[in-house]
Amino acid sequence: MTPRDRRSLLSGLGFTSLWIVGFGTFVAYPMLASLFYSFCDYSILKSPVWCGFENYQTLVRDDLFWKSLRNTLFFAGLAVPLGTITALSLALLLNCEVRGRAFFRTLFYLPSIVPVVASSMLWLWMLNGKFGLINALLAPVLAPFGLTPPVWLADPAWAKPALVMMSLWGVGNAMVIYLAGLQNVPRELYEAAAIDGAGAWPRFRHITLPTIAPVIYFNVIMGLINALQIFTQAFVIAEGAEGNPARSTLFYTPYLFSTAFYDLRMGYASAMAWVLFALIAGLAWLATRLMRDSLH
Amino acid sequence: MSPFGRARVLRRGVLGAVLATTFLRAAPDAGRIHLSYWEKWAGIDSAGMRAVVAAFNEAQSRYVVEYLPVSQIERKVVVATAGGDPPDIAGLWAQNVASFADNEAILPLEDLVRRDGGTTDQWLARYYPVYADICRHQGRMFAAVSTPATIALHWNKALFREVGLDPERPPRTLAELDEFSRRLAKRDPATGAILRLGFLPQEPDWWPWLYCAWFGGQLFDGRAVTLGTDPRNLAAMRWVAGYTRDAGLASVTTFASGFGKYGTPQTAFLNGKIAMMFQGVWFNNFIQKFRPGLDYGVAPFPAAQAGVEDFTLAEADVLVIPRGARHADGAWEFIKFVNSHNAHAQNRSELQGMELLCFLQQKNSPLRDWSPFFTQHHPHPHIAEFRRLSASPHAIRIPDVGVWQEYDRECKAMFERVRLLVATPEEAIAYTHARVSASWARHQLSLVRHGQLAEAPSPTRAP
Repeated sequence: MTPRDRRSLLSGLGFTSLWIVGFGTFVAYPMLASLFYSFCDYSILKSPVWCGFENYQTLVRDDLFWKSLRNTLFFAGLAVPLGTITALSLALLLNCEVRGRAFFRTLFYLPSIVPVVASSMLWLWMLNGKFGLINALLAPVLAPFGLTPPVWLADPAWAKPALVMMSLWGVGNAMVIYLAGLQNVPRELYEAAAIDGAGAWPRFRHITLPTIAPVIYFNVIMGLINALQIFTQAFVIAEGAEGNPARSTLFYTPYLFSTAFYDLRMGYASAMAWVLFALIAGLAWLATRLMRDSLH
Repeated sequence: MSPFGRARVLRRGVLGAVLATTFLRAAPDAGRIHLSYWEKWAGIDSAGMRAVVAAFNEAQSRYVVEYLPVSQIERKVVVATAGGDPPDIAGLWAQNVASFADNEAILPLEDLVRRDGGTTDQWLARYYPVYADICRHQGRMFAAVSTPATIALHWNKALFREVGLDPERPPRTLAELDEFSRRLAKRDPATGAILRLGFLPQEPDWWPWLYCAWFGGQLFDGRAVTLGTDPRNLAAMRWVAGYTRDAGLASVTTFASGFGKYGTPQTAFLNGKIAMMFQGVWFNNFIQKFRPGLDYGVAPFPAAQAGVEDFTLAEADVLVIPRGARHADGAWEFIKFVNSHNAHAQNRSELQGMELLCFLQQKNSPLRDWSPFFTQHHPHPHIAEFRRLSASPHAIRIPDVGVWQEYDRECKAMFERVRLLVATPEEAIAYTHARVSASWARHQLSLVRHGQLAEAPSPTRAP
């Protein structure tokens, strides 16, 4: 390294030192500390005592760990594909030359800027089994068939699907990203396909989808991470770590939270956090592998 | 005036203003030690404690208590204590005492009591026994009561009249509770939908474990979890499941999903959807606020076991001194002040300490001795009943077990599974017993690891 390179390196480090210190203090150190605590009997209030792999072994035998994981994967498994389809469909519609396009774009984006707690409270009312807006609309439709609408959040069988439905409320962010991706598809490709006689579906299948594949990949990965970390909606709607009704909505992060801050088992919660990290990293890697051939 | 002269005048003026502001602000508290006090309350409860804080600040010249309302207080106290910067005084819940004590998050108070002369037993003798027990964990004193409560059956007299029941006679036995509940139930003649229920165990669902204790069941024997080994706990859960079966799962779920949030005008008891409900002394505050004039009565739990009358749960918010508090001595002075009273108070202005607090919060005093004014002019119309229940030999408290938070949560999940008929009472109890026993064994092992317990964990009993 020449003296000029060394000076350049030092200048660079000097300019980025604030970020490096911040990252080290608020990200790297807590992560490494939590990794250490995951091998300890630690309550946050007393000194950690090394216990080896005990926390991880206990996790394997913990019913609630598996239940919360199943619930979370169920939620992610439905919410991510449905969210992707809904956001992409809306983006396709709002990409068309229609009257009032700007208004509709704003309208569909607006819900995603409503704070999650506020929208959760709103959905609590909308999904109320007796007085909710959704059942008020469903009841007359189902009545001729002798059916009654579900009580949603009060029924263990319907509580998770209700939360999935609620998650679609916030697809505005993904929709805007899809919209940006759609506007980057070269017009001439569509024109050439039209000249060749391609209809709407072949144009979408062979031009739009391959071109916006990186955008889909990004949204799917982000959606997956968010879905696996579902917390606020579940905390508000399912009364915190209770996962009511009958633990049907006990998700992974609320269980982790209650273990750490209610039961004061910070070591065990740290182990849970690292398992979740590994799971998210694994699924992101899997998604990358599956979409590798489609990405340009 | 020259520019230099103007600048000098300006500098002096600014300096004078700063000094004046500093001294004017500092003057009332000059030389006094500031005690930070974190409390969870809002509304009427907060106003009551603020009045006591003001009285304390006025009554002596050494300390100034600064009252800070804090939400989710137990978690924030944990984090602040772990970080080495806790408040001097924290207002926690009774259920936090065992867990916080086992985690060495709060100071034992024996030394402070001893320094004043006397023992903790003598100090705690001021309370009814059940409240004294709340302050202890494993025989040591860790807390003092700040706001007590006892739980009782509340019944709507107008609804009793409507169905031909004597409005002045609440159910006295479990069989009567069930019978009255059936008579008070009302359905839509056309659709069969439930319009009203006499009683519903899930409303509210705060103390599902209490049903076990009410049936005489034991949850913890001091050494092991006994939820699954005491058949009376099973009887209680069967009784809970019976309510769902009688009303019909779908009907009762739909009906209950229309209940409003507790503490609003839509609370099921307040809008007449439920005719009988177990509630604490605080419930009158909501009645006064949302349904003033509601004709209701208060009575002990109906007897669920032969010979056990005046059963109740005694609850309390407690004052503790977190580990690492800078002014433990001052905190103790405040705690003593809150737990003092003027036994001869004849009017409102003579009320002191605990009686002032409980009078303003409209709750019963945990102290055995009540002043004439507090007894005769208390704003709660049924306060005598709550006092009688406080003194009951069958008043129980939250079990003194270090994993109570987890135990309580597991009991709630058990109750949910039973009432929703997701599991049979036998399955739900056996599952919960196994989970809590494992937690208890793990907790003991942790105490051993941290040098707080000498012996190895005791084996858990299978149900």
